[in-house]
Amino acid sequence: MALSPVQEFFADFGELCRYMGRFFARFWRRPFEGRELLRQMDEVGSKSFLLTSVTGLAIGVVLAMQSRGTLVRFGAEAVLPSMLALSVIKEIGPVITSLVLAGRLGAGMAAEIGSMRVTEQIDALEVAALKPFHFLIVTRTLACMIMFPILTMWTDSVALIGGYAESYLASGMDYRIFISTAFETIRISDVIVDTGKTSVFGFLVGMVSCYLGFTVRGGTREVGRAAMRAVVGASLLILLTDVVIVRLSIMIFGDVGT
Amino acid sequence: MSQDPIIALRGVKKRFGALEVLRGIDLTVDQGVSSVVMGGSGSGKSVLIKHIVGLLKPDAGQVWVKGKRVDTLEGDALDEVRLSIGYLFQSGALFDSMSVFENLEFFLERHTRFSKAEREERIMEHLSMVGLPEKRDHRPAELSGGQKKRIALARALVLEPDIILYDEPTTGLDPVSVRSVSELIVRLREDLGVTSVAITHDLLCAEIIADEVHFLFEGRVLASGTLEDVRHAQEPALREFFGST
Repeated sequence: MALSPVQEFFADFGELCRYMGRFFARFWRRPFEGRELLRQMDEVGSKSFLLTSVTGLAIGVVLAMQSRGTLVRFGAEAVLPSMLALSVIKEIGPVITSLVLAGRLGAGMAAEIGSMRVTEQIDALEVAALKPFHFLIVTRTLACMIMFPILTMWTDSVALIGGYAESYLASGMDYRIFISTAFETIRISDVIVDTGKTSVFGFLVGMVSCYLGFTVRGGTREVGRAAMRAVVGASLLILLTDVVIVRLSIMIFGDVGT
Repeated sequence: MSQDPIIALRGVKKRFGALEVLRGIDLTVDQGVSSVVMGGSGSGKSVLIKHIVGLLKPDAGQVWVKGKRVDTLEGDALDEVRLSIGYLFQSGALFDSMSVFENLEFFLERHTRFSKAEREERIMEHLSMVGLPEKRDHRPAELSGGQKKRIALARALVLEPDIILYDEPTTGLDPVSVRSVSELIVRLREDLGVTSVAITHDLLCAEIIADEVHFLFEGRVLASGTLEDVRHAQEPALREFFGST
């Protein structure tokens, strides 16, 4: 009997949670696929480098351009670097970077693993006692968990450079003033929590995409559907989880300026 | 036969939703025998062979391989049995992110303590056995259907298993390739002495490789024996199948 879309959603969510449990039960056990983990980190990192660089630059320049007019109207142009740094490091950098990576990696991982499923490559790993869960899911998810914060720091840095470039061209701001103003309201806990949360986003992107690819049944049409669902599912989970993390971080560390 | 069969399926039933695919399969294969399971599309051949290697678990019945009950095994115990079985998938199932050499090396790296030189020697020996040593650095996408089957066969054999399972080894190949892959299977059995189970609906392949044939119809073994016995049986389903192949 075919499931309704609502039933299918809950069935998938339940199964996804089971896969997440399996990940935590197994990722620290043998076999350690170190070489595959490095290959996946390279796949996630180096191949997303240009994308995150362009994203960061666009964020920084656009944010600076759009904020400038408003701040000038209130005579507060001097706080532009500070506002820029807070916006980029606390929220825009981590979330936009993770969403961009979810689009690039989520679709790719779901499609790759889904293709391996329909061409029996996963069964081939299984019958050769090569533990496909470790080889395919654990490595990709760990790679995302490690590389998302690194790429986010890079995006944040490029965004601030872009913001400074815009400020320099618009008002000739000195870089020493920009740096000292930018970081005066940022706390170390902000950087750790808000960059660190992208590791959770990486976990979600890795698990959702690998799960949907791993459980593909049928033919190539289902592979395409899994890729699309991976992007949508991972993006929604990033946004929802962000709300929870921000709430928790305010409860634990207080808001900026408090 | 005095010794126990190396593979035994006893009363195996399997259902997918409303579809009952296997309705009580009883089948045994003795050591060193080349057994062929034949039947039309949807007769449950692929489902049957997946039970032998533990890719599917039966709803009822037992699956025994080398004296171990595969359908109840999990984890390392199941892996131990699996390592004594080579499996040639219908599509070849070569890892397309790796070269031919890496496809074979991947298995050896993880399951043997061979040095790099020993691995290379074993891999080239098996690539030569299937007649394609020059393809070692090619990617699977650069190979023809017949070449993929041959490389997949080399990979299935690289750990030197006692049993080899062939899932439609000649499907999608032209008649010349069907003959050459089938003859290769016979040669491997003669040289390595492995027990094999092949599922196929290809009569030419069965003629070349089969010591015994089991014919599946509607989820049950309808007839067993030599190919000639099965071919000339009076069952309408058999007459229809062999009349049309």
